Formats: sequence, C-alpha cells, structure tokens
Amino acid sequence: MTLRGAAAIVGIGDTPVGKLPGWSATDLCIEAARRALADAALDKRAIDGLVTCNSMVEPHVYHAEMIAEAMGIAPRWCMTLSAGGATNFAAVHHAAAAIAAGQCRTVLISAADTLRTGLTPERAQAQMASTGDPNFEAPYGLPVAGSYALIARAHMHAFGTTAEQLARVAVTTRAHAALNAAAEKRTPISIDDVLSSRMIADPLHLLDCSLVSDGGAAIILTGADRAGAFPNRPAYLLGAGEGRTHEHVSQAPSLVESAARESGRRAYDMARLGPADVDFAELYDCFTPVVLIELEDLGFCPKGEAGRFVEDGHTALGGSLPTNTHGGLLSHAHPGNPGSMFGLTEAVRQLRGTAGARQVVGAEVGLVHGQGGILSSHCTLILGLQVARS
Amino acid sequence: MTVPVKPLPEPTTVTAPYWEGCREGVLRLQRCTACEAMQFPPQRHCRQCLGDTLAWQPAAGTGRVTSWTVVRHPVSAAFAADVPYVVAIVALDEGPTMLAGIRQCAVDAVHVGMRVAVVFETRSDAISVPCFRPADHC
Repeated sequence: MTLRGAAAIVGIGDTPVGKLPGWSATDLCIEAARRALADAALDKRAIDGLVTCNSMVEPHVYHAEMIAEAMGIAPRWCMTLSAGGATNFAAVHHAAAAIAAGQCRTVLISAADTLRTGLTPERAQAQMASTGDPNFEAPYGLPVAGSYALIARAHMHAFGTTAEQLARVAVTTRAHAALNAAAEKRTPISIDDVLSSRMIADPLHLLDCSLVSDGGAAIILTGADRAGAFPNRPAYLLGAGEGRTHEHVSQAPSLVESAARESGRRAYDMARLGPADVDFAELYDCFTPVVLIELEDLGFCPKGEAGRFVEDGHTALGGSLPTNTHGGLLSHAHPGNPGSMFGLTEAVRQLRGTAGARQVVGAEVGLVHGQGGILSSHCTLILGLQVARS
Repeated sequence: MTVPVKPLPEPTTVTAPYWEGCREGVLRLQRCTACEAMQFPPQRHCRQCLGDTLAWQPAAGTGRVTSWTVVRHPVSAAFAADVPYVVAIVALDEGPTMLAGIRQCAVDAVHVGMRVAVVFETRSDAISVPCFRPADHC
C-alpha cells in the first residue's frame, strides 16, 4: 500500500502573527481551526480526526483532547504529537495513513502558541534550551542559537561556506516576506544588515535567527476520493517521509549531513518524483545554516554547495527553486513547534495559485520540510495539484 | 533576590561513578563488556548491543574539537558573567563525542581540529564538570 495520492489538503487557516496580547495558545489553536473549516466550507461535526501540537506556554497532558473539548467536537481518532519542528508534517503523514486505513475520514491538524507574549524572553530562551541534556549539556550554557552555530561552523569548515552566504538566506527570505501582508517582518534587509546585526553565537548574527512569535495555523486533510467536493483546489499528498539520527547535538553522527537525506528520499520514492520535479520549497529555517543543509540533503544541490546555490539566486522568487515564499520562520512568524504550519498553508496557497504577489508561476509540485531538535527529527512532504503527474 | 545558579548535574545510580571520577579529576567512559563499545554519556544499557554489563574505564582525557561557538548572548542569567564563552563538541580519542566548555584559550584562538585535554571545573562540593584546554602537543 502506498499513501501516494491517498489524501489531500482541502482547507487552510492562518491566524494573525506577532504580538497578540489577550490571546491564549488555546484561543489561537481554535481560531486557526475555525479559519481552516471556513476555507473548506466544512461544519466542525465533519471532523472525526484531530492532531495537535502541545503548547510550550500552556502545556496540557491531553492537549488534543483539551482542544476537542474546547471546540465541542468528539473525534474518533485523536493525538497530540511531539517531534519538534517536524511535528506538523509528521502529523500530516500519520493522518494520511489513518485516512487510508479507514480509521477516520476528515482530520483537523491545528497548532499554535504564544511564545512572544506568553513567556518572558528569558523563559522563552530557557524553554527552548531545555532540549539540551540536563546533566551533560546544560551545565555549559549553550543556547539553541549556539547549537545551530555549531552546525554553521562545521559547514563553514567542511565546505568553505561564508557568513555572507548564510546572510543571503535571511535576505532572500525577507524579500519574500515583503510580499506577504501577513508577515511579521516586511522591511527588506541587506547582507550588511545581517552581518552588522548583533552577534548571538559565532558565526550566527541576530538576523540569522528566526523570530519569536504568537500565532498558529491549521489544515483540513481528507481522503482524495472526497477532495473534489470542497470549494478550493485540493493539494494532494504525493509523498511523505521521515528520518531521525539523534536527539542531542553532541551525539549527532554528523554536523553537516542530516536525516533529511532519508526523509527526502522516502518522500521522493513515494511520490515517484525527484528534486528536479519540485517547483518550490518551504524549508524549516529556524536558523540560516539549516536551510543550506536541507537544500543539500533534499537533493537540490550537491553536498557543500548550498551556499553558492543560495548566492546564485536559485532560492529567490524567479529562481529555479523559490524557497520560503511566505517569509519563513525568519521573517513571517515562529511560534515554536507550530511554526512550520505556515510553510504548509503557504504551499497549499502556491498550488491553488492564490499567493498573490509572491505566486510561483506554474507551481504544480511543492516540497515542505520540517526538522526538530538540533537537526534531529525530520519529515518531508511532497504536495501536488494532481494525484499523478505525467 | 536569588543568585542565579548554573544547571547542576544530578548523579543517579548509573552515573554516580562518572561524577565521582570528575570530582577526583578523572574522565571515565563506559565500556560494554559484551561488544567492547565505548560510551558517553553514561547510561544503563549499551547503545550498540543493548547489553547491560558496562564497565568504567578512565579515558585518556584528550580529543579534538569538531565544532565550536562563542556564546555572546548568555542562555540565562547564571552565565551572564561568563560572556563571551566558548562551547564546543569534542571528539574524544576513544570515539565518543561530548559537549564541553573550552578554557585557558582566547575565544578567537579556538579552531576545528584543535587538540584539547580535559580540565575540571568545580561547580559544587559534589560536582565538577569536564571542560577542555588547548593541548597541541597531545
């Protein structure tokens, strides 16, 4: 059995992002769901499957059940998933399998948090750094940015990647955000702006780091056989793959090559497509070096050459692989683990042809990739307008 | 107002010999008596064969920096006085990798491939944590 073409995204909803005082994580999770239901013209009673991502600010032991209660729904298939930044795409993978197995028909996946107003900057920093081993890593005071700085430094050492090339990721992403009215940061920036921003952990500057935001997004996934009955063009799930190598950065088998290789290969195999078939990509960009490693491991350029690939403009709108067209976690919003949902709803918008000024012309196949931990947990999805592309 | 304290490791039944070693100035690794794999961090089972007969063995205490960063924005108030400080991944000569601070070295002198030797930093009566200093002669 393959999941290729088994399910489709028929509804999407993004909340506003940035600073949202007065909104709780639960409020935002339900608001995102309400918007996705409206987009799909679907009554909440049709939802028989639910996946949520726990909130860092308001953690609940039974998070998905709590959201179901607060939405007044009673799903027969329900889970709270935890795979860091890979959570949302792994949710799509699991939900598609559940739909294909007949365990449920229509799944709501909703994720939101309030990292910006719900936590002090100090607590947000401490929460995110708490993924480090409490006994063997935490005593050294490595912030999350520091963990990714280790990744960046290793890439620079191995391949000659430069700080300018890392900065180019942030600059390109900001240019895309400038075309997205919903994005938190829309003022264009230059390479010099990135390089002259405050050094957080060498070689990463402030503008190499993603935002800390309130916000969330949701999607509705249903069986491909029913997808044509909704008002918007379905975005079919053509491929999905996951991969994992470690949890803690000090135990990573490699600092420059990740399990995105395996997750990508598994997704391409399922979709019977390759990197050359992908029209655009939405890649997890918590820090700029991650995008370089993903571009390489997902096969868009040879290992070690992503710095040049980005520098040559391939990832900009109009390039061969427009990437993070909505502004990514770097410039659109980053409410923690829910953040990658914005890449997914953007991919659906691109496939529908409703991305406005940032539309990728002729977008038929999009790839989204999430990673959690410190390059630890990976999930790749390939979405397309047609179940089978000739 | 409470004085911020750096996270303090909590020895367990399994890890106590490791922390006792650190207090005595000896870096200890686990060696699986079934498959001979060397292991860090310590845990009850061997990561390779899942065997549960692990022995303690002193490490040479030397290794090589595989990557490093200079933290300029401290992770918490407890580290504010240390800024800027270097955190690195060290590949021990026995194979296992560990995170550690680099000491006795200018922050801009650290480099990938740098040879290092262990030093211990006292954090409490019971706990010292391993850090590393340059050791180009090792």
